[in-house]
Amino acid sequence: MTVVLAEKGWRSLMVTGNHAAAWAVRVARVQVIAAYPITPQTTIVEKIAEFVEKGELKAHYIRVESEHSAMTACIGASAVGARTFTATSAHGLALMHECLWWAAGARLPIVMAVVNRAMGPGWNIWTDYGDTMAQRDLGWIQVYCSDNQEVFDSIIQAYKLCEDHRVMLPCMVDLEAFILSHTYMPVRVPPQDEVDDWLPPYEPAWVLDPEEPITHGNLVFPAHYMEFRYLVKEAMDRVKELLPKVGEDYRRRFGLTGLDFVETYRCEDAELLLLTMGTMGVEARITVDRLRERGLRVGLARVRVFRPFPVEYVRRLAEGVEQMVIIDRHISYGAEGALAMETKWALCALEERPLITSFVAGIGGRDVTYKDMERMVLKAREWMERGEAREGVWYGVKGLELG
Amino acid sequence: MSSGRLTVKDLSREEYLLPGHAACAGCGAAIALKLTLKALGRRTIMVVPACCTSIIQGPWPKTAVAVPLMNIMFEAAAACASGIAAGLKAKGIEDITVLAWAGDGGTYDIGIQALSGAAERGDDILYICYNNQAYMNTGIQRSGATPYGARTTTTPILGKREHQKNMPMIMVAHGISYVATATPAYPFDLVEKVRKARDIEGTRYIEILAPCPPGWRFPANKTIEVGKLAVMSCAFPLWECFWEGNRQVIRLTGPSARIAKVPKLKKPVEQYLALQGRFAGMSEEDVKALQEWIDRSWEHLVKMAEL
Repeated sequence: MTVVLAEKGWRSLMVTGNHAAAWAVRVARVQVIAAYPITPQTTIVEKIAEFVEKGELKAHYIRVESEHSAMTACIGASAVGARTFTATSAHGLALMHECLWWAAGARLPIVMAVVNRAMGPGWNIWTDYGDTMAQRDLGWIQVYCSDNQEVFDSIIQAYKLCEDHRVMLPCMVDLEAFILSHTYMPVRVPPQDEVDDWLPPYEPAWVLDPEEPITHGNLVFPAHYMEFRYLVKEAMDRVKELLPKVGEDYRRRFGLTGLDFVETYRCEDAELLLLTMGTMGVEARITVDRLRERGLRVGLARVRVFRPFPVEYVRRLAEGVEQMVIIDRHISYGAEGALAMETKWALCALEERPLITSFVAGIGGRDVTYKDMERMVLKAREWMERGEAREGVWYGVKGLELG
Repeated sequence: MSSGRLTVKDLSREEYLLPGHAACAGCGAAIALKLTLKALGRRTIMVVPACCTSIIQGPWPKTAVAVPLMNIMFEAAAACASGIAAGLKAKGIEDITVLAWAGDGGTYDIGIQALSGAAERGDDILYICYNNQAYMNTGIQRSGATPYGARTTTTPILGKREHQKNMPMIMVAHGISYVATATPAYPFDLVEKVRKARDIEGTRYIEILAPCPPGWRFPANKTIEVGKLAVMSCAFPLWECFWEGNRQVIRLTGPSARIAKVPKLKKPVEQYLALQGRFAGMSEEDVKALQEWIDRSWEHLVKMAEL
């Protein structure tokens, strides 16, 4: 449903997260889309197809036969200087794995929406972060959204950030299956000419051109491979500095959600910090409000960008905090959730660290409400008051008591 | 378009596969690549998946290929070429040939899905499979293109027990705009087909038989002789498939056209096998089985060419 506001060409939409992604692709003037359908990503690629067939988005749409080919076609199109997009989910992302390495290593600013979905078996189309967390070591920027406006805003800003010649890395914009992908929310879309002004056409850093032929990606011996990889590391380090700037610039220009690493809620005087991601990071505001009503000084932080990991932000948040509760919608078998592991890594360098208890919750789309998070915080607090810091406690498994 | 029309004077003097490349002595693929790039010319972008050409092009920071070359994952040559073709169209560039240059492993086996997808969509790419009939770059392991009876490092004692796929006919079945077979043993036939393919729109597929001295175990100075015998024994017939109006036409070319007219020109497969160490020790029964398979395939092809 589209309502065009009188206000200088702004559109005020009531759309799903998936359609918000498609609208971002449209106003970003993406030139090549290569995509393969997978539930619950499908309505992204369907909506884009509609835009292309109606002539509302002037782009070449390759209906590939697999996600492996989707990412590979994006690599090819990007290598001749076209702005590219794809979208996938779960098994589709896993099938892309080797191509994701190639896209990052080739320094191509491909933007991809990933609808976070649990991996089989058994088949499960609902959300958790298992699919994207398994792809966190490859050189892709990872942004995790909490509402549909953020989905739209993140994709637009991802192009600006990734196409910066100081970055030249791909980015996945992650939204949770059904909770965002299929839930209608208001989304404001800025006028096309203003987006064009803020996001000019892609100027590639390198390109395949017969007039200046290069060979890309040939054999690299140990004497040089490491230097190429160091360049990726440096680019990712620069994202730490550039991402908030892009976010601030976007926020000022459009008054919408600018990219940033961490969002905080009532953290100022917090003794206990609740750390989580995605939609849980919004739902948890209610948890914080309720606990504060009971006199507990609880604050909330939502990690919005997982790669590069916001090490410095997490350290600053931990200062003066006695206890921390981390809730992951992810499990690394044999360890715990990724957010918990990486937060602990970040805090390791501090002389004084909070006690940390971490939970694994919401796997395979199990609902996690503010009441669940309240139970987790209170239980963790009880343990930590006794000096116990528990790791990767599974919450909500039938027959498993928290103790 | 018989192979008699072109002469060496018609070939471009420009070299796009430069001296110093890293191919083995007598490499059929390197000769094929040299001829292919001469036929296509400067306005070409080339995609290479994991294959012998990953090595032939030479290591970074140098290159032996003078057209833009994108290396890509093993199973991904066709999809990368499709992406490049779409990207070029999006940028308004119309005069570049997008060439996917893949080995038989990257075509018959791991890459067939992406190739079939591109062909079904009719993406505007020229896909050339240079077929050396095994995974040569990794050390001569059997592939879907390895012929019956051939010893490879993964069929080391018995030889391969299965016949090869008929990949060119699989491409014909896709109904794409052009399909052909060629070999550097008949260079003008090869160049003519590549030029023809260059000037046709849509998905085009050429299969080039690339004799491989270390993999097939013959001396490096016998590449052309082995290639000629492959054609003269009808183990690898030369033909092309194109559209005349709404009709798909198969036409035999070069020596294969002559053999169809004068069957006695066809040589027994033993002569082809005898030059190659990979077939040494094949039992009489196995040779007979291979001969029968070749005869059957040849008769079928001749019938299709008469349609």
